Amino acid sequence: MEILVCIKRVPDTSENEIEVNRDGTDIERDDLVYSVNEWDNYAVEEAIQIRDKVGGSVTVVTVGDEEGEEVVRREMAMGADHGILISDEAFTGSDGKGISAVLKAEVEKGNYDLILTGAQADDGAGQVGGMLAAMLDRPYASLVNLIEVVDEKTIKVGREIAGGNQEMNEIDLPCVLSIQTGINEPRYVGIRGIRKVASLEIPVHTATELGIGADAAGTSAARSKRLDYFVPEPGEGAEILEGSTDEIIDKLIELLKAKGGIK
Amino acid sequence: MAQQIFAYILHKDGTADDTALELIAAAGVLNPDASITAIVAGSGAELDTVCQNIGPRFDEVWKIDHEALAYVNAEVLRPALVRILPKASTILIPHEHFGMDLAPGLSVKLDAAFLPDVFGLEGIENEKLKAIREEFLGQVSTHVLCDVSNGVVITVRPGSFKADESRNRDIQIVDKSAEALADGVPGSARRYLEVVAAEVGDVDITKSDVLVSVGRGIEDQDNLEIVFDLAKAMGADVSCSRPIVDAKWLEKSRQVGTSGQTVKPKVYLALGISGAFQHLGGIKGAPFIIAVNKNPKAPIFQAADVGVVDDILDFIPELTDRINEIKG
Ligand SMILES: Cc1cc2nc3c(=O)[nH]c(=O)nc-3n(C[C@H](O)[C@H](O)[C@H](O)COP(=O)(O)OP(=O)(O)OC[C@H]3O[C@@H](n4cnc5c(N)ncnc54)[C@H](O)[C@@H]3O)c2cc1C
Ligand SMILES: Nc1ncnc2c1ncn2[C@@H]1O[C@H](COP(=O)(O)O)[C@@H](O)[C@H]1O
Repeated sequence: MEILVCIKRVPDTSENEIEVNRDGTDIERDDLVYSVNEWDNYAVEEAIQIRDKVGGSVTVVTVGDEEGEEVVRREMAMGADHGILISDEAFTGSDGKGISAVLKAEVEKGNYDLILTGAQADDGAGQVGGMLAAMLDRPYASLVNLIEVVDEKTIKVGREIAGGNQEMNEIDLPCVLSIQTGINEPRYVGIRGIRKVASLEIPVHTATELGIGADAAGTSAARSKRLDYFVPEPGEGAEILEGSTDEIIDKLIELLKAKGGIK
Repeated sequence: MAQQIFAYILHKDGTADDTALELIAAAGVLNPDASITAIVAGSGAELDTVCQNIGPRFDEVWKIDHEALAYVNAEVLRPALVRILPKASTILIPHEHFGMDLAPGLSVKLDAAFLPDVFGLEGIENEKLKAIREEFLGQVSTHVLCDVSNGVVITVRPGSFKADESRNRDIQIVDKSAEALADGVPGSARRYLEVVAAEVGDVDITKSDVLVSVGRGIEDQDNLEIVFDLAKAMGADVSCSRPIVDAKWLEKSRQVGTSGQTVKPKVYLALGISGAFQHLGGIKGAPFIIAVNKNPKAPIFQAADVGVVDDILDFIPELTDRINEIKG
């Protein structure tokens, strides 16, 4: 099975406190630790496991600046066979539909049976997978937490729905799926693994090569534009307990007793 | 003619979801004079019950009735919606698992703009809609300006608009089934099979009065011991956020949130949990929430009643010791 996994390089929220810069035009980008989007890492692991079971290959692709190469390489160290960086000034300012249009052009250059995205990325949109599927006219399932290959033309997928329940579907290939965390346990990538792929050439694809005009991606095509970043006025936020740890614990225990929190 | 805004209604067992009235509120912010049309898909008597129940709240209810929609599959519904929605429509859809399945592709097929997971709206000026979203799991917010001249699909975060119960209209139900399914039920390349029910665990956190809930801030599986010790001292049960379940450190039945359990404790102690809306969405009944987090800007402090800014690995054992001391 030929599998393409879309990945994105994002600031790692478990490693960083995200802050707004002084004029609210961006987040503070200095000293940010970046990594591959959490959901995408599960998608790559799943692709590798499917390939190891039924054969084929795994390609990872990202749309981003040249730093994007770093996550492509990381996921190749994990076990992806090929990596592609799609990078062009012309793509700056793309909205979700623009990114999807770029990915669609890349998909059409290959011969993929299965295309995976993460369920969502750093902007919490959860849009690229569904848009890409619609543009390609291929079936889509979101929030997938189980994949079983039935035969060359069909797979069975579980979707995570409310309350921990799972919705089972059969879906024809080729298709697009967005992957939910917890579908597998992504393998650890050590320094040695990274070193092994350090010298591999990663092809860079541009707007011209993909035939993407300014009407399809980039600022002028974008119908949504982010105006600013801000931290909402702290409304009725929590009362923060102050003092020494001992004092804080005293207050907390008092509150817990009053509210029935200690039996 | 007043602008027509569409709201997609989720329902189960003949009852409309809470989000139905929230979408009315959102539509009201977009345009207070708009006529609001509910779209409800399903099958048979259950569908009719839903239409009757929500009927008075909407100017019109469009129903799409077919046995193939008894369990609504987004891949089947999407082409049906594309057939009935007028050009340049505005359609509001709840941002949960079904909306996430349906909406992005719908916006492409309608050639409309897409605004995902919106939790605030500031109205429309010159065909530009200003919306508020969150990024980085709620750590920062953004204003987004969206060109809606060719229509827009908006997914609205559940719970972010206060239900509008004020409307009371004559019920107007329009059967759109024939038009929506004019070419028959779209043959779907994705076929619904069944729903596999969640596994039941050894504790039922939905019944707990006091929950000690742990998130990724616990850092390591071995550290869970201090959480269980604290819970024992308090007489509480242990629940958790999603990453703890993803890592298989605790069973799924302990996960609080939209894709886990809905809990209604009296007291909820959140330890090393950032406060993503999918987590908070599982906490109901307005419990007293205490959050301990080392990041003073963590969104959980917006939801909590009381907060402690500290490292949980230090704080938890101290708290446990003191409770045990007091109890003797
Ligand atoms: C469709 C969908 C459904 C979802 N459903 C759910 C759901 O049902 N339940 C759920 O929980 N999530 C759900 N999620 C995931 C959700 O978006 C978040 O990713 C998740 O809730 C984050 O969990 P967390 O707060 O434990 O981790 P993080 O967001 O990583 O937060 C960890 C927190 O711990 C703090 N911390 C770190 N170390 C320490 C320390 N030593 N001491 C004190 N504090 C520390 C950090 O400051 C941070 O605030 C869902 C996501 C999607 C897309
Ligand atoms: N710039 C990008 N390059 C490649 N894939 C992307 C990019 N942005 C988003 N994706 C994919 O789309 C998924 C959902 O992202 P989003 O729609 O932005 O929430 C991600 O998990 C990725 O798989």
